[in-house]
Amino acid sequence: MAANPQANIQDVTAMVAGRKLYSAGFITDIEADKVAPGLNEDVIRLISAKKDEPEWLLNFRLKAYRRWLKMTEPDWAHVNYEKVDYQSISYYSQPKSMKDGPKSLDEVDPKLLETYKKLGIPLREQEMLAGVQNVAVDVVFDSVSVGTTFKKKLAEAGVIFCPLSEAVKTHPELVQKYLGTVVPFGDNFFAALNTAVFTEGSFVYIPKGVRCPMELSTYFRINERNTGQFERTLIIAAEGSHVSYLEGCTAPQRDENQLHAAVVELVALDDAEIKYSTVQNWYPGDENGKGGIYNFVTKRGDCRGARSKISWTQVETGSAITWKYPSCVLRGDDSVGEFYSVALTNHRQQADTGTKMIHVGKRTKSTIVSKGIAAGHGQQTYRGLVRILDSAEGARNYTQCDSLLIGDQCGAHTFPYTEVRNPSATLEHEATTSKIADDQLFYCRARGIGEEEAVSMIVNGFCKDVFKELPMEFAVEAQKLLAVSLEGAVG
Amino acid sequence: MLEINNLHARVDDKEILKGLNLAIRPGEVHAIMGPNGAGKSTLSNVIAGREGYDVTSGEILFENQDLLALEPETRACEGIFLGFQYPVEIPGVSNMTLLKAAMNARRKHRGQDEIPPGDFLAWVRDRAKLVKIDPKMLSRGVNEGFSGGEKKRNEILQMLILEPRLMILDETDSGLDIDALKVVSDGINALRSPERSTVLVTHYQRLLDYVQPDFVHVLARGRIVKSGGPELAKELEEKGYGWLEAA
Repeated sequence: MAANPQANIQDVTAMVAGRKLYSAGFITDIEADKVAPGLNEDVIRLISAKKDEPEWLLNFRLKAYRRWLKMTEPDWAHVNYEKVDYQSISYYSQPKSMKDGPKSLDEVDPKLLETYKKLGIPLREQEMLAGVQNVAVDVVFDSVSVGTTFKKKLAEAGVIFCPLSEAVKTHPELVQKYLGTVVPFGDNFFAALNTAVFTEGSFVYIPKGVRCPMELSTYFRINERNTGQFERTLIIAAEGSHVSYLEGCTAPQRDENQLHAAVVELVALDDAEIKYSTVQNWYPGDENGKGGIYNFVTKRGDCRGARSKISWTQVETGSAITWKYPSCVLRGDDSVGEFYSVALTNHRQQADTGTKMIHVGKRTKSTIVSKGIAAGHGQQTYRGLVRILDSAEGARNYTQCDSLLIGDQCGAHTFPYTEVRNPSATLEHEATTSKIADDQLFYCRARGIGEEEAVSMIVNGFCKDVFKELPMEFAVEAQKLLAVSLEGAVG
Repeated sequence: MLEINNLHARVDDKEILKGLNLAIRPGEVHAIMGPNGAGKSTLSNVIAGREGYDVTSGEILFENQDLLALEPETRACEGIFLGFQYPVEIPGVSNMTLLKAAMNARRKHRGQDEIPPGDFLAWVRDRAKLVKIDPKMLSRGVNEGFSGGEKKRNEILQMLILEPRLMILDETDSGLDIDALKVVSDGINALRSPERSTVLVTHYQRLLDYVQPDFVHVLARGRIVKSGGPELAKELEEKGYGWLEAA
């Protein structure tokens, strides 16, 4: 289990001083909760030392950092934002102290509370999400009933589900074998940055032939309270195993970090299946586009084994800027990749999202269903790549991307790329762009249904093909979330 | 129940209704007939509150309240039902979802709790029998992939479920074969009651063989030019509208 971070500081300070790696000024900084803003090799060494990491991991971070220095931030996405000053970010802070949080819900942004109310979130849980002092997740979920049963059940099945930093210590051979093998350290600008500085994340290992007895959810991962700014997730499904993983929760969380650059790596061995579902609802900024999270994520699944399957389902309604392409590398023969996405941009939100399906193995199959909804001044881009390599005899892809516009100030764009190097491949592509028709709205209203409810009903209908891929309880919440996110989109 | 006084309305700057008067008492069935372009559909849409139909003068009173001041959804909750000439498709939204939302909107309007799901299901199944709709169809998207006749029957089913007080059926009979026409007529007749009124907007006399109107009006050039009993419909069938338009 994670040791008390406060107690660690002294040890680290001593260790660092002993190695004389850091300047005196720096040591003073360590004693505070946060290191001074800025990124250099010393900061990375410090992060690694704080986490008591083995040398290979430090070297992995440093390699990534050195590569990152030579990289430039990508600008091909269809999004506009003020560039991030990477030297103004503090890359290490103690797990957030309760002292920083509001004392009670009275101190929390009323708009956030209003959203909680609409989503029907219980009071204690609201306090936890808003980061109110002295309310820990285990209080909300009653650590005895939920946490313990949960842990016991997983242990019986042989499933490993813990923070990545813990896995580095308890299962170093697994972490070393797989980390960075799906998303290489120099994959892209944000992935390189993440590799250099990641501090939090999840590790999942499902042993051979095991069907994970429950949905794994970060929401219930009670050891780590804050979603990290540079989160790193690694999921490995051994031969013939099966796991469904849920990321995020439908309630918007209070978060002071503007930049999020996560990396998620999935590995599915022979006959294994991973289903990864995300509901992302970070702060989108206000009506005028002030504030909001930049969500620059690299998510990739490797269908390494024959007949393996990786399925991504995402509902993206939050963040000011979304830059995200959950992808599948279909290496194993007969492996299957799926991507189901709903992305909604309202007000001034911008999303450039889609997927990459790389067909390597024979008879590999991929399905892409993307539903983009733009309202207000929102901008919505689907960007997808289907690449069929020489070796991918008999590969198939089906792509469907639909956009729905609400109002006339928003925009929807589609950039489908295909590269086919094997003539036996079959590709199908369908794309539509539609507006919520006035006659659909009037039809609902003439039945007594108010305008906002009607819009949300029509949008939910539009998203049905994706929602049905979500685990049941998530699907219901996702519908509510969509309704809340669409408020003010009409009229 | 409904009182229309000197109604003038325009669509895209073109005046369609030019001083229309009509009074409907509870329990009555009125047929509004007339040639194409006379303003029949405009009248239906103005009553239901569709955007783009601008009332320039006159008034519509529904149970003595100013109907034109109400939003379309409020009019529906107050008991007005428009059966569409061209029912729209709403992909992915099941008929049940739409109906339940409509039902609960009415109940909320009246200060009632939501209907228990079991009761609702039983009620829908019961009503679906009347219009010979397989309840399985109701889990499909609203009018999605329905034939023309199915769409019209679905309109009647919605009406049977929601039990409005004023039913306005805009050319519900058009495009129906004789069997479907009979099913639709049975549905309309099932709702006839001393408290409920009906406006049948139609081109043809055919529907009136099955749903006996109390009054028949001829709408031409934006006004009611002639009113009478059921025999007027027969006369129109024989003579056409020419003789009235010339008058």
